[in-house]
Amino acid sequence: MSKELFNKKDMDRALTRMAHEIIEKNKGIDRLCLVGIQRGGVHLARRLSSKTKEIEKKEIPVGSLDIALYRDDLSIRKGQAVVRKTDVPFEITDFKIILVDDVLFTGRSIRAAMDALMDLGRPAAIQLAVLIDRGHRELPIKADYVGKNIPTSLTENVEVQLEEDGLEDRVIIEKVEIKK
Amino acid sequence: MKVVIQKGHIIDPSQGIDGIGDVLIEDGKIKEIKIQNTEVRNKKSEIRSQKSNPPLPPFSKGGHGGIKDSELRTINAEGMFVIPGLIDMHVHLREPGFEYKETIKTGTAAAIRGGFTTVCCMPNTFPINDNASVTEFIIRKSLDGLCTVLPIGAITKVQEGKELVEMGTMKDEGCIAFSDDGLPVMNSLIMRRALEYSKAFGLPIISHCEDLTLSEDGVMNEGLLSITLGLRGIPAESEQIMVFRDILLAELTGGKLHIAHVSTKGSVKLIRNAKTRGLNVTAETCPHYFSLTEDAVKNYDTNAKVNPPLRTKKDIEAIKEGLKDGTIDVIATDHAPHHRDEKLKEFDLAPSGISGLETALGLSLKLVDEGVLTINQLAEKMSLNPARILGLLTPHLSSLITGPKGTLAVGSDADITILDTEKEVNVEASKFLSKGKNTPFDGWVLKGAPLITISKGRIHECQ
Amino acid sequence: MLDNKDLLGIKELSVENINLILDTAAGFKDVLGRDIKKVPTLRGKTAVNLFFEPSTRTRTSFELAAKRLSTDVINFSVPTSSVVKGESLIDTALTVQALGADFIIIRHSSAGVPHLLAKKLRASVINAGDGTNEHPTQALLDAFTIREKKGRIEGLDIALVGDIIHSRVAKSNIYGLTKLGAKVRLIGPPTLIPREMEGIGIVVFHSIEEGLKDVDVVMMLRIQMERQGKGFFPSTEEYSKNWGLTLERLSLAKDDAIVMHPGPMNRGIEISSEIADGPRSVILEQVTNGLAVRMAVMYLLAGVKR
Repeated sequence: MSKELFNKKDMDRALTRMAHEIIEKNKGIDRLCLVGIQRGGVHLARRLSSKTKEIEKKEIPVGSLDIALYRDDLSIRKGQAVVRKTDVPFEITDFKIILVDDVLFTGRSIRAAMDALMDLGRPAAIQLAVLIDRGHRELPIKADYVGKNIPTSLTENVEVQLEEDGLEDRVIIEKVEIKK
Repeated sequence: MKVVIQKGHIIDPSQGIDGIGDVLIEDGKIKEIKIQNTEVRNKKSEIRSQKSNPPLPPFSKGGHGGIKDSELRTINAEGMFVIPGLIDMHVHLREPGFEYKETIKTGTAAAIRGGFTTVCCMPNTFPINDNASVTEFIIRKSLDGLCTVLPIGAITKVQEGKELVEMGTMKDEGCIAFSDDGLPVMNSLIMRRALEYSKAFGLPIISHCEDLTLSEDGVMNEGLLSITLGLRGIPAESEQIMVFRDILLAELTGGKLHIAHVSTKGSVKLIRNAKTRGLNVTAETCPHYFSLTEDAVKNYDTNAKVNPPLRTKKDIEAIKEGLKDGTIDVIATDHAPHHRDEKLKEFDLAPSGISGLETALGLSLKLVDEGVLTINQLAEKMSLNPARILGLLTPHLSSLITGPKGTLAVGSDADITILDTEKEVNVEASKFLSKGKNTPFDGWVLKGAPLITISKGRIHECQ
Repeated sequence: MLDNKDLLGIKELSVENINLILDTAAGFKDVLGRDIKKVPTLRGKTAVNLFFEPSTRTRTSFELAAKRLSTDVINFSVPTSSVVKGESLIDTALTVQALGADFIIIRHSSAGVPHLLAKKLRASVINAGDGTNEHPTQALLDAFTIREKKGRIEGLDIALVGDIIHSRVAKSNIYGLTKLGAKVRLIGPPTLIPREMEGIGIVVFHSIEEGLKDVDVVMMLRIQMERQGKGFFPSTEEYSKNWGLTLERLSLAKDDAIVMHPGPMNRGIEISSEIADGPRSVILEQVTNGLAVRMAVMYLLAGVKR
């Protein structure tokens, strides 16, 4: 039983606003790059990049980051994390990195992503952009740019579906078993 | 002691007896056989219809007690077969020298449980039975054993393959045959001399046929499987070359040749040909060679590591054919117990051998079930023929053997095996009476088992 | 996910398993290209190299792979161990496990030893070579290399040249490459190629010139000197003359054919120096790929539920 919280138009407006916020906060796009977290954040990072290009008429480099090797739950997960490609084809040292993910939940994925980034170089700063923040943080992690805040309970699951994956652009919420 | 075995289906190939009747035993000898119904054929269905699950016969506690002279014991053998006690002409009792693997005491207990009333032990003990003193030791130890033990002496001193042993002296001490089993006699001249010399004493030479230069350090049958498993293989030709050689030498010398543990199709062919030409050649095979193929070692299971190795389906078919048409005279076990730790090793290093006494009859009864042999023929393979080959049908002047064995003729030793072809038994190696639990048949369900073994004046329950 | 806690051989792997390992290895090869060649993935785990046969390259490769995953490594080589004092194989392995080993990487001269240990131990057993049976990680890194260079394995003509009958590398490769759909041929003297191989659909050549025609991959195997004494071939000179890989013979293969060798090479005997150092050789890449593949294997085995 799922409910649609965001439709295609909502998503597009949110991403547009986030793109503006990113440019505003960083006073331009100088030394800025977007790194999407596999898998949910990669397409969103690319969309943000094209939006900022529309606004500033310049490209922000985009990369993708696999965090499977940095997870803290390897021995307790039911299935093993698939190792995917990490493609950050640019120097990140002294750059400001905007990590992009689809849903911010406990914050552990972001922690793993930060560790992965630190092994790739020494960024000047890391900011976080998420499409949905569903609360229930277990670590002191905060998003700088949020598409929408959606309070949820632990018995619910939030899923972002994207056109790039062959689905319709939308965000759905559904009831599931407690995954503790 | 007086015992009567009632209403069993008595089968004695030596006398052509096959019918329901009673066997009367007195003072350790067969006193009388009374057959009621000579028309009963050796067919399972007919017997089953007459059977009503018999209660176990009443024994003194423990089942292996001595029986007072004045008592008459009755054994109800309705629905069961009563045959001459099984004779295993190829076992390794390991004593002296390897008592951690088996002793004469434990080995004979296992033999009784398996339905055997006589076993012939191979000489590759430590020291090797290549002289009268060791023979005497074995015989002395065997007096306490539950079944009769007849020693086989080595062919050559220390089984080195160079000098013949004192066959005459050893025969006097009790040896009933000679073999270097475990090893072949590689030197053809020595093998020739052995076959010639043994003629003077009328004893057979039992040959372990293996060309060591071909088998090298092989550990399983040579073929696609050995290559796939990365294990060195022993080609079938390694056995066949020596079978061929020994047959020719038997022909040359006129000696009595018995070929041990036949495992290949080619060997069966050669032996069949030798018999057609009227040569004095006999042969034995073991239950594992008609029950398992080399696939049994697929998981590097050392319990299936045996020499000669387990072969292929074609070889199994040929061996069954050979049993059926009489090419193979005997089913023996090549009982080779090993300590658990020795088998829990790298496949290359684990010793070869299967602990076979307690599964032999069950596996052999499968042949009856499959129609390869009749019970009559089975009794020949496991009792009459070994007796014939070893000269046990005629009474010996020896302290060990006072009467004929392998037969239920009046006056012969009361060595009897009573078996039930319908009883299902779960093979549980951990419950073996033998110290050797090394068997690839652990967990198998066998249909048909020995129920009672009578030997040396005692009655034993097998299950 | 892999099905089994151990890697005993290619025979035991399904095509899906093999592809999973190769795909995962691609991800790990990335890590090896970075400045910081380490990930915290298997931090706190312990890997023990239990090598009963001498080996520097394979053992070092496993050691490095484990370290790159932040795993602690212990090296246990036989001449300096209690095995010399008569300790049984099983006892040695159980002792090592009692010390907390999560991975036991074993190389032994007897086939079936990893299988024996796998049954008795909770740790993941990785076969680094057991007698003449298998050397699965070598075959996996060879497959990875071929896939990387040629884009695929299915349909390729791959020739293995040399001592097939004694080579666990050859065996594992034969199983792996045929599973993945390649057309495998064997080239060498009849004494070194088992006849039974022809029975399972593999083409055997005793002439290297005929065997190399139009192949996509040439995989050379090391000739072991001990074989000379046992009648497998009369001399290394004769072997080299008839089955050594020279530029002339290599020209019979496809123009873009690659040359592989598991190492160590006998330069001048089975392979000429010009080829070993030449543009078609991928021998050194095999070494790098070996690291990535072994990291992938350890990562995937760690994820198998006991």
